Amino acid sequence: MSTDVTSAAAEFARRQQSPLQRVQHQLHRRPWLSPLFLLVAAFIGFFIATPTFLTPNSMGILLQQTAIVAALAVGQTLIILTAGIDLSVGAIMVLSMMVMATLAKDDGMPGILALLIGVALAVGAGFLNGLLVTRINLPPFIVTLGTLSIFTAIALLYSGGSSIQAEHLPRLLNFLGEGFGIGEFRITWGIVVVILIYAVMAYVLSQTAWGRYVYAVGDDPESARLSGVPSKRVLLAVYTVAGLVYGLAAWILIGRAGAATPNAVPDANLQSITAVVIGGTSLFGGRGRLIGTLIGALIVQTLQFGLSQMGVDQQWRVLATGILVIVAVAIDQWIRKVKS
Amino acid sequence: MSTAATEHLDVAHGGIPAGKEHIYAQAPVLSARNLVITFGRVVGLDGVDLDLYPGEILAVIGDNGAGKSTLIKCLTGAYVPDSGTITMNGQPVSFRKPQDARDAGIETVYQQLAVIPALDIASNLYLGREERRKGPLGSVLRMLDKKGMEHRAGESVQNLGIQTIQNMGQAVETLSGGQRQAVAVARAAAFGSRVVVLDEPTAALGVKESGMVLDMVKQLRDKGLSVILISHNMPHVWEVADRIHIQRLGGRAGVITPETHDMGEGVAIMTGAKKLAAPA
Repeated sequence: MSTDVTSAAAEFARRQQSPLQRVQHQLHRRPWLSPLFLLVAAFIGFFIATPTFLTPNSMGILLQQTAIVAALAVGQTLIILTAGIDLSVGAIMVLSMMVMATLAKDDGMPGILALLIGVALAVGAGFLNGLLVTRINLPPFIVTLGTLSIFTAIALLYSGGSSIQAEHLPRLLNFLGEGFGIGEFRITWGIVVVILIYAVMAYVLSQTAWGRYVYAVGDDPESARLSGVPSKRVLLAVYTVAGLVYGLAAWILIGRAGAATPNAVPDANLQSITAVVIGGTSLFGGRGRLIGTLIGALIVQTLQFGLSQMGVDQQWRVLATGILVIVAVAIDQWIRKVKS
Repeated sequence: MSTAATEHLDVAHGGIPAGKEHIYAQAPVLSARNLVITFGRVVGLDGVDLDLYPGEILAVIGDNGAGKSTLIKCLTGAYVPDSGTITMNGQPVSFRKPQDARDAGIETVYQQLAVIPALDIASNLYLGREERRKGPLGSVLRMLDKKGMEHRAGESVQNLGIQTIQNMGQAVETLSGGQRQAVAVARAAAFGSRVVVLDEPTAALGVKESGMVLDMVKQLRDKGLSVILISHNMPHVWEVADRIHIQRLGGRAGVITPETHDMGEGVAIMTGAKKLAAPA
């Protein structure tokens, strides 16, 4: 190709881009930038609005509040990357938590055994979702809508609908609520576990063959199958790994809440999906990064926490979250329309 | 179609291209005998034979519903025939799934290409057979050898003389139709140790891109691979094929060569207007 092209198209390619177009371009190349900007903007906004927001104490509480949704959103991200959706996240977590607590309190089981059985149950619940999706070929939405009710009902029936306070539980089950302080800034072991989950899963998604299969299955399942990707095994594994993450979230939740309550975190499903979507992962599958989900979870909780620091009512906070989702996805769509 | 009695061409069934007799003196690399497959009451293949020799391009032509794709799917493990035998280098084989055929050295470029738009070129080339890093990073932590795969993907693409693709880290969704086809062919060429099957590789392409893909097909043959090319495009078939297998109504109507028969005759056999004489 000659170097001194003077065609109209070449002229167009050299056109002056407006500052807005240049921003759009950069955001397109780095999709996790826009949620990050949103997070920074929220921080600055709340810092100006309320002086108690940006203190070490508040930041510690913010992280603790984010931990649960951030953990659940890891499983949700995996499933959404395969073009699925999981409506049973909260139900699996609560079931796992109630089983752990009931086994330890009523049956006097050692903490470690109760914990392992609870986590194994969450793994089994995820596996069941995966089996229904891959073997009976039901849409994930329908499967998890069904198991949402089933797991919620089992959790209530098993626990008798009553809460179990932390003081009746062995220390191991409460352990993730403990932590250490750096001055006023308090980090719980639960937060450490969440960071570890993110580090491990980000590695698996970006550095291993299995991670590539997750993206391939979500983007084009038939092509993936023809290329030799064991699509069904990958899908089944995704739902099972998600179950494991929900089981760990259950453990974190006991420590965080200081109790095992059958109606804990009622909006876990929507908050986890919101975190994933705000983080830039496509609901159509095959596109997205785990770091985006972490930022998304932080944004949701920052908004909640900041507004509550300002003394805003719960209803208004829910309303703000709804607006946030729509704005975030609208920005995402705008970025995707960039001309390269 | 004319109502006249079917005209019989006066040429022996199963011609051998002139000057290439040495190829056809060898044993076929892939042979199918009397393949039958039915879908309920629909007969897909009605006793088809096929022979593919080392280092030849065998085109498969036929009207819609003649059983071209069905035949190819039986040879590549996508379908399992009801009866009949398939042998590779004389050994009977049984392909239950595409991976079985792939393990035997048969690579297929499907009409829908089977590439993942969101993944980059190197990831697509190595999809399903990723290579891991040496040492504990690979064996314990299962870390992919991204640099190595990217490097070798670049070599595979270069080997086919594809100039328009430079950056192996580019997502496939940013490529043109011809470039995507090139990626799919490069993948088949890189891993197909014996046979490469291409299903309508030029159907969606422009003139220039078709030419590029046909050049790649010839290069595969010149490297010693056997190629099965399914195509509706008669000029393309006559340009590259050594022999032409004609499917008609689920059976093999005959095998001709571009030298002994012209396109008109090929199409006539394909549609049943003419018939090949029985082999001597």
